[in-house]
Amino acid sequence: MTTETLIWLIPLPPILAFFLIVLFTNRNKALSHSVAIGAALLSFLGAMYVFFFRALTAPELGKEPFTSAINWIPTGDTWLKIGVLVDPLSAVTLFFVAWTVLMIFLYSVGYHNFGQPAGDHDHPGLPPHGATDEHGHHVPSVEPMYSRFFAFISLFAFGMLVLVLSDNLLTLFVGWEIMGLCSYLLIGFWYAKPSARAAAVKAFMTTRIGDVFMLLGIAFLYSATGTLSFREIFTENVLRTLAIIPSGVFGLSAAGLIGLLLFIGTIGKSAQFPLHVWLPDAMEGPTPVSAMIHAATMVSAGVYMVIRVFPLLSLDPRTMTFVAFIGAFTALFAATIAVAQNDIKRVLAYSTISQLGYMIAALGSGAYVAAAFHLVTHAFFKALLFLGSGSVIHGMEHGVLHTGNHDVDPQNMFSMGGLRSKMPITFWTFLIGGLALSGFPVLTAGFWSKDEILASTFNGHMGVFITLAIAAFLTAFYTMRQITLTFLGEPRTKEARHAQETPWTMTAPLVVLSFFAVTFGWVGIPEHFPVLGGLVPNWFHEFVGGTLADPSTALRAGLPEAAPFNVIPLLTSLAVALGGLFFGWLAYRNVGSVAQDRLQIPLLKNKYYFDEIYDFLFIKPAIWFSETFVYQWMDKGLIDGILHSFGKATQAVGATVRKYIDLWFINQTVGDGTAHVTQWAGRRLRPIQSGRIQQYMLVSLFVLLVAASLIYFVALGQPALALK
Amino acid sequence: MEFLNTHLLSLILFFPALAAVVMLFLPKGETKLLRWFALGASLVPFALSLIVWFRFNPNATGFQFEEKYAWYDAINSSLHLGVDGLSLTMVLLTTLLTPLAILASFSVSDRVKPYMMLFLFLETGMLGVFMAMDLLIFFVFWEVGLVPMYFLIAQWGSANRDYASLKFMIYTMGGSLGLLLGIQLLGSLFGTFDLAAITANWTSAQGSLLGFPIETVKAVVFWAFVIAFAIKVPIWPFHTWLPDAHTEAPTAGSMLLAGVLLKLGAYGFLRLVLPLYPVESQHYAGALALLATAAIVFGAFGSFGQTDFKRLVAYSSVNHMGFVVLGIAAAAFAARTSDAHIALNGAILQMFNHGLSAAGMFFLVGVIYERTHTRNLEEFGGLFPLVPIYGGILIFTSMASLGLPGLNGFVSEFLVVRGAYGVGVNTDTAHVMTIYTAISMLGLLFTGAYILKGIMKVLHGPLNEHWAHGEHKLTEINTREVVVMAPLMALILVIGIWPAWILEVINKAVLALF
Repeated sequence: MTTETLIWLIPLPPILAFFLIVLFTNRNKALSHSVAIGAALLSFLGAMYVFFFRALTAPELGKEPFTSAINWIPTGDTWLKIGVLVDPLSAVTLFFVAWTVLMIFLYSVGYHNFGQPAGDHDHPGLPPHGATDEHGHHVPSVEPMYSRFFAFISLFAFGMLVLVLSDNLLTLFVGWEIMGLCSYLLIGFWYAKPSARAAAVKAFMTTRIGDVFMLLGIAFLYSATGTLSFREIFTENVLRTLAIIPSGVFGLSAAGLIGLLLFIGTIGKSAQFPLHVWLPDAMEGPTPVSAMIHAATMVSAGVYMVIRVFPLLSLDPRTMTFVAFIGAFTALFAATIAVAQNDIKRVLAYSTISQLGYMIAALGSGAYVAAAFHLVTHAFFKALLFLGSGSVIHGMEHGVLHTGNHDVDPQNMFSMGGLRSKMPITFWTFLIGGLALSGFPVLTAGFWSKDEILASTFNGHMGVFITLAIAAFLTAFYTMRQITLTFLGEPRTKEARHAQETPWTMTAPLVVLSFFAVTFGWVGIPEHFPVLGGLVPNWFHEFVGGTLADPSTALRAGLPEAAPFNVIPLLTSLAVALGGLFFGWLAYRNVGSVAQDRLQIPLLKNKYYFDEIYDFLFIKPAIWFSETFVYQWMDKGLIDGILHSFGKATQAVGATVRKYIDLWFINQTVGDGTAHVTQWAGRRLRPIQSGRIQQYMLVSLFVLLVAASLIYFVALGQPALALK
Repeated sequence: MEFLNTHLLSLILFFPALAAVVMLFLPKGETKLLRWFALGASLVPFALSLIVWFRFNPNATGFQFEEKYAWYDAINSSLHLGVDGLSLTMVLLTTLLTPLAILASFSVSDRVKPYMMLFLFLETGMLGVFMAMDLLIFFVFWEVGLVPMYFLIAQWGSANRDYASLKFMIYTMGGSLGLLLGIQLLGSLFGTFDLAAITANWTSAQGSLLGFPIETVKAVVFWAFVIAFAIKVPIWPFHTWLPDAHTEAPTAGSMLLAGVLLKLGAYGFLRLVLPLYPVESQHYAGALALLATAAIVFGAFGSFGQTDFKRLVAYSSVNHMGFVVLGIAAAAFAARTSDAHIALNGAILQMFNHGLSAAGMFFLVGVIYERTHTRNLEEFGGLFPLVPIYGGILIFTSMASLGLPGLNGFVSEFLVVRGAYGVGVNTDTAHVMTIYTAISMLGLLFTGAYILKGIMKVLHGPLNEHWAHGEHKLTEINTREVVVMAPLMALILVIGIWPAWILEVINKAVLALF
């Protein structure tokens, strides 16, 4: 089998699993998860084979990627082709996607309490409430829609693999939207909860705003270049043309406008300001979903796409500035919200928004490789953190079942505390993830990728650098706040005291992911880094940087060299990470309840009131516009009004015709009139019908005389005077 | 066998009508017999049209399977039938949807005989329009399709059926009057009603009619055609008959109304207006595109503003047919460019796709209406645990309607958007198309809104106690109903993943025609 054939096959197992589960195995939980995990494993093996034995061994993958395309849609005399592409960028993305997806699949088995009894009062559409076993103990109960969950995440995995392996924007968009659907289905997995239902709609609609702009960008790009294939677009001639033609909007070049439109898609998908509102609400879904959406797949897809189209994006400096601004602003903005959240998953959600902002800002500053590097490391440690938080929640739910006090929110960090001894594996892996997120120096992957972003932006993008540095401080701060509140100190509730470590299917993925959260940074140590630099080659930079090596010299100018070493960004990076961690621990080490937390600022807790503002500005007007303006006023009032007035006018004309022509003129005047005249005449003439013969004779004689005279004088033309 | 080979189209066309006549002699009490007879009768044209589909040579230009019989020699009108890639696609859609509509009607028990007969007559009417190569025949079948639908709505419709059927009938008749006049004028002018002959002599014809110069006559005919077809599509603002008729019609009636009858208007544009009037079409393409954009945007908003499930789906037709018209307008702007071809490929595929998804959506609304006797969205909600299979099918079909990539609607909408945008960017005179395409994205956004509103209000939410127990207990979709949906869903998926098998036929026709 050729490498290209294998690449075509990689996305297939999950979609087959989806159909198998939906159509055949949905009644059997064990079979369903076996099918799904087996499929994920097949894709994983294919991906690893391609990554290690094909991509890594290829001499110059950037210049000669694996690619293969087929005709898909006839477009007049030509065809729209679709195909697969594995170049360095998609290879590393494939690597982390395959790993995280497989881990998440495995984790879901434990998370949904496979092997536990069915719940006493569980309903499809609601989270399981627990069951009573034969000994009368309260134990967790299995998810009623267990099979459905595995079907959905299989479809999700399919979408992501399609997106990563696409050689063109159209199938990338197909994968993009399939994930959008899955996120909708999965966020609303517990659809009977009104909050989950609302969150699902919100996620779909908010990202769809970005999607329609992106679709327009794709249409524009396709119209302007006649192709959607990356390798055909990123050639010198095409790019140069795109950079020259004006778009007619904001004075941007065609490349600038296309880049902007595509980037708006990313704003939606990667939850950047101002379309960030859906992501925190997406926490309504089961935890593995959060990890899928926020780490491995959907939000990464947005960043992946802009990295993919970087050659196009970088042609217009104004677009780049906009990208950098949005990213940097989001990074800081989301970090400030995260410090005031109490829900363990919500903190991570805002942290995700903030970290994605990092990548976007790096890309906007031209730091292509740094953005890709952070994308990969972030995927590992954020998946780890989400799965870790799910493990914590699961442990807490165990405590809740034990005490039976359902008022305790198992996701609220202020109900926790001291979990490190109860859940040691979860604690240590979560700590690794948290330190990686904070950028704990040298050891963790997060440090290397974040440091590279800071170093890259330091040259020439000072505003971005400062914003990101502040955000990095806040990141370390809220991460340590989270760790301190959750794991350190003493348990704040009875439930936390009875929390329990989760089964191996949940902890094993944590261990695997924490391995990558540490080691993946080491493949990208800058050459000039003090002491460590040069010990291992900066593989990541060379490999992924090679993606842009091929097309043209024009692009090579846009390819960022590894940032020259400068001690200031390094010191900044060290200071914000360690400082944030220290202050986070200092401030929260003795906090016993919410009341003692001084960061519960209403403005931050309410996320700057964006939900309320959007509701007022967009949602309510849209509903009014639809229900009242378009339907009631325009269609029923105006248009139907005009139609009905035609009808009424026709009826009026008809009535008039009937009243004056038919009834009055024809019936009354002509019809009845004739009868009346006849009747009148008849009455008048009645007296001459006397029955007397003499009188009749007399009349006859008279008539005869008159008739004869008339004939004689008129008809025969004799002059009247001749009678004399 | 030889007879079959040479008379394929007329067999497809008249078989349903003949079967309907035979039904007249079947006992009216035997509802089971009547239903199965009608279903069988409608499956024959489907099988025959599959034969036509596979024997059809997409690479040959012009019409295939032509048949010509004397009909009205005195005025040179003949029963001239034929199909090209454009009409064949529509024929296939019609013969596919009619058996499904009849199967969907197995739950109708009121006056089964006339009901089924009307459907068979309706099929003949619709097929005749798509196959006709003679203008007078075209008109005859155009009207033949109208009457059965009127009776279906007026006799088997729901509460407000009198208003709806009258509005439908009078509105469409208003358009047909002009159509008849236009066809008569052309017939007098050219001395024949044969479309091929008229097309051949179109530019060379000289002279006058009743003292009017030929150009004036042609212009009158142009407007007569445009108005008739615009009402049928319907193009905004002629669309208000649609929500009423669709909402009040019986389920199967709505399926065919949305699935096929709306396509007659768009087909008229493609078959008559664009080929005969390239200059006028180009001149008014901007206005047409504006109306199409209005249909897309206001259709989506109108749908979003509904509380009646069926009316929500009905308005979605306005929205989706808007994309068909947008593609047609784009092609009119820049005929014989690759952008126009892409737009038309999209428009014609969208006609087919909308036929599948709209028929499916109306059927699913009917399934739940039959059980609950309400269409009010506020009375639903939380039905998913009660009817999980129905819920899955509803979500699938809704997503097709939404235009989810991977399903059929996306391919056609993308091609239309791409074509329209391309016309705007690449044609000097058509910059407005860029703006209209951009505005239509707003409609695409709200397509998402109304689809999700439908799913949310029907399926999601806390378990609905009212429909969960006792006499109101909602029953799951049954096998017959799944059988109705299965072919639609299969095609939706197949076209979404591999559209080339049908687009090749369409593409070749578009290349030959435009």
